[in-house]
Amino acid sequence: MQVQQQARTADTIDLMINMGPQHPSTHGVFRVVIWVDGERIVKAEPHIGYLHRGSEKLCEGELYSQVITLFDRLDYVANLNCELAFCLAVEKLMALEVPDRASYIRVILCELNRIASHMLFYGVYGLDVGAMTPILYGFRERERIQGLFESVTGARMMHNFIRVGGVKEDLRDDFEPRMAVLLEELKQGIEECDDLLSQNEMFLARTKGIGTIGPTEAIDFGVTGPSLRASGVLEDVRISEPYSIYERFDFGVPVGTYGDCWDRYYVRVEEMRQSLKIIEQAMAQMEPGPVAANVRRIARPPKGEVYVRTESPRGDFGVFLVSDGSDKPYRLKVRAPSFANLQALQYLLRDAYVADAVVILGSIDIILGEVDR
Amino acid sequence: MEQPPRPPRQRREPEVPEAPVALDERGTALSALIRDVLKEFEVEVGAAVDEVVVTVKPEDVSAICRIAKDDPSLDFKYLRCLSVVDYIETLEVNYHLFSLDKRHKAVLKASVPTEEPHVPSVISVWRGADWFEREGHDLFGVVFDGHPNLTPLLLYEGFEGFPGRKSFPFHEYDEW
Repeated sequence: MQVQQQARTADTIDLMINMGPQHPSTHGVFRVVIWVDGERIVKAEPHIGYLHRGSEKLCEGELYSQVITLFDRLDYVANLNCELAFCLAVEKLMALEVPDRASYIRVILCELNRIASHMLFYGVYGLDVGAMTPILYGFRERERIQGLFESVTGARMMHNFIRVGGVKEDLRDDFEPRMAVLLEELKQGIEECDDLLSQNEMFLARTKGIGTIGPTEAIDFGVTGPSLRASGVLEDVRISEPYSIYERFDFGVPVGTYGDCWDRYYVRVEEMRQSLKIIEQAMAQMEPGPVAANVRRIARPPKGEVYVRTESPRGDFGVFLVSDGSDKPYRLKVRAPSFANLQALQYLLRDAYVADAVVILGSIDIILGEVDR
Repeated sequence: MEQPPRPPRQRREPEVPEAPVALDERGTALSALIRDVLKEFEVEVGAAVDEVVVTVKPEDVSAICRIAKDDPSLDFKYLRCLSVVDYIETLEVNYHLFSLDKRHKAVLKASVPTEEPHVPSVISVWRGADWFEREGHDLFGVVFDGHPNLTPLLLYEGFEGFPGRKSFPFHEYDEW
């Protein structure tokens, strides 16, 4: 009895714990300071900027064609999606018509990249919750996609393939048979991955009902992409503001119910299936033709400004481009989805158990390359 | 025989074309709507390519943003992006807004002098503005009045100067 009373009157102080910047679960160099009261998190304060390279400023000193390589290095697991956003912005400013075949090639590669990116998420999320096997499965599928990228673009990651007005070159002759094989492999692979982890009892216990965020808060924080859809908001830039040729495809947008970690995870798994559907349709619709519009080697967009949003694997990837009519951008602002999604971390971590911090951080799937820019 | 000196050759400055404005139906309807809703403020409604541009006075930003979010016909629940552009004498703060239900978009612009860049913070309207404002403060030195925590976000503590600005010695800058 006495012991209990003592415990009740004892003074407690919040304990400050520093996590990162070199912590394996932060997926890069990211630091979060958390204050815990017992097992509960009272307050969390993310610190970013360890990977700040001044990309936006660097772009102001490069020609438009050189900027593409910098965009590769923003979201370094979904490079093509970033390239596409920039090229769309320049094309919109120049009012360029992109040849059909080029658009199809772009969509196919971007959707493949989306699957590769989600596969990486799948693998490392498994590690975050304490399962070792998923990363082997995830990387197996990702490797297949990167093998195909290598044959098309010449590089596994930093492609520099999408150009203003089209793409660098046409697909190789062996692309179609390779793609047919890859599609079958991926279809099977996604099912295997889904079977392995999604309904695992321990995985459910770690992720169900953890780190919930409602639709109103999520929109208020500027959360986008799969993390927002997990909260039950049907918002996908490919549907709400179709860019490139996305209005030609018939695909579903998975939406979650509770906005917890499991929903955020499963929305991504389902998105991979939908991406496969888009690729299949694009492969069937694609016809031979030119792959680049007739653009001057040094592009000079007219004076003006434009804002383009695209759906990158992490959400609403926006490019705000201000041009003064010269061959270099006057100002380029990148609205990175991870940057906005990460803001919600303070909200998500409050009152969570300290053991869940890693699970919650993993579920919003950040890439520090685009958070810090 | 001496040749008369040649007149200096006139170098023709290349003409810089402007990007054409192409507002869709939704955009035209929205610009009429914004004029109507914000009639008690001094605003200028224009367009840039496919976006409605609303130029406002910096001191009105917070009040206008509150209306833009709460007014059911505007319904700008989602702040897409907050960016600062350096025009040497002025800094322009851009608020890209989007309505998830109505699917219309607009950009609010407020110009502040570079010497004294003060804009009211919109963090009370959209919580997501937090880091965007800190970034604007970090890289451009814009002071967002009313922001509770304008500490460096991307740069390290004690960094001098504003690397986003045009005046920052960029290519000559060597730290390493």
